Amino acid sequence: MTILSVFDIGLVVLLLGIGASTIAAREAFAAVIGFVVYGLLLSIAWVRLSAVDVALTEAAIGGGMTGMLMLGAVARLRVAKGSDTRASLPARVAAGVLSAIVAAGLAIAILSPPEAIPTLAPMVMENLAQSGLGNPVAGVLFVYRALDTLLEKVVLILALLGVWSLAPDNVWGGIPGLRVYARPDSTLTFLAQLLPPVGIVVAIYMCWVGAKEPGGAFQGGTVLAAMWLLVMIAGLTSVPSISQTWLRVLVVVGPVIFLAIGLAGMVLANAFLAYPSGYAKPLIVAVEVALTLSIGVALGLLAAGPPERVQQQ
Amino acid sequence: MNLVLDIFTVSAVSAGALFLLAGTVGLLRFPDPLTRLHALTKVDNLGLGLVVLGLLPQADGPFGALKLVSIWLLVQLSGAIVAQLIAGAVRQRGPHG
Repeated sequence: MTILSVFDIGLVVLLLGIGASTIAAREAFAAVIGFVVYGLLLSIAWVRLSAVDVALTEAAIGGGMTGMLMLGAVARLRVAKGSDTRASLPARVAAGVLSAIVAAGLAIAILSPPEAIPTLAPMVMENLAQSGLGNPVAGVLFVYRALDTLLEKVVLILALLGVWSLAPDNVWGGIPGLRVYARPDSTLTFLAQLLPPVGIVVAIYMCWVGAKEPGGAFQGGTVLAAMWLLVMIAGLTSVPSISQTWLRVLVVVGPVIFLAIGLAGMVLANAFLAYPSGYAKPLIVAVEVALTLSIGVALGLLAAGPPERVQQQ
Repeated sequence: MNLVLDIFTVSAVSAGALFLLAGTVGLLRFPDPLTRLHALTKVDNLGLGLVVLGLLPQADGPFGALKLVSIWLLVQLSGAIVAQLIAGAVRQRGPHG
């Protein structure tokens, strides 16, 4: 047994243990911390499977962003002093049965794989050179399955609309209720002044390098969102109200450019979301840049939550 | 020359791992938040520092080495600041707040 397989087995045992403790935790806060640790360990597991793109996304979205959203939910529940109502017995039984069915379905799919696992990977590698991209993941995302990628970004906007629509009517278009810790001379202010330049460079690098190596719009956008949230939480910049035009333009600019290039493909390359030959890479990089901005703003606003107060004129 | 560098890597990374282990034991065993934070600084500072130092000779050219050192510096920065913030919260609300 090599040292790497010992490491892998240890990683799997840790993952299962942390997953179980996340489910078993009585405190919501402890469960969320368990979930974040689970996300980080899972990203190491993805690295071991040589899926570095997935690992980056898992660390950024699964561990970081979702963790922050859930911590926000926990804080909200604490303020609301969650009345101690447990779900009724039939509801709990129904939830248990549904979960068991899903788990059983997954177990059957994993435990009885087909003889030859269907894969399109060799075809992707063969034709990747035509797109001018070096990273097969970017190739799949922006060339072969571009429609999925486009819809995924639209879903992100729908999720943001869902969060916004939790606002009561009288504060619609107001300022999200992000908790701000504005205290001059605090170490948080120092961090919020020091880190964003570094973070922005990292985000641009991730977006740029995504065409030929692991990275891309989602990873870069998450780093941008984190930097924006940091300066807002430290009180260095005010939280914008959601009715600002520039904000709404930024949220939709990525999907709109993607869609426009896709529609142009119908005229220039005879298919929706097809790229004219020779122009694939520049067009994909343009889409990635716009998507990075949109994803950054959308994730930041998701974490900032629904509007809670109206802008003072 | 390669052998010397390899021995250096193995010993520095092992020493780093020892500090990581000691810091983790401290995090689990120390009685209150402030002493636990104190244990964690060993992990950030010396543990990761020695691992990075040990990996420098194996790095992929000067840019690879620069990346490793920047990772260490960024972890140092975030570790120090998060420790300050947690300690501030403990001081304000008490250890069980």
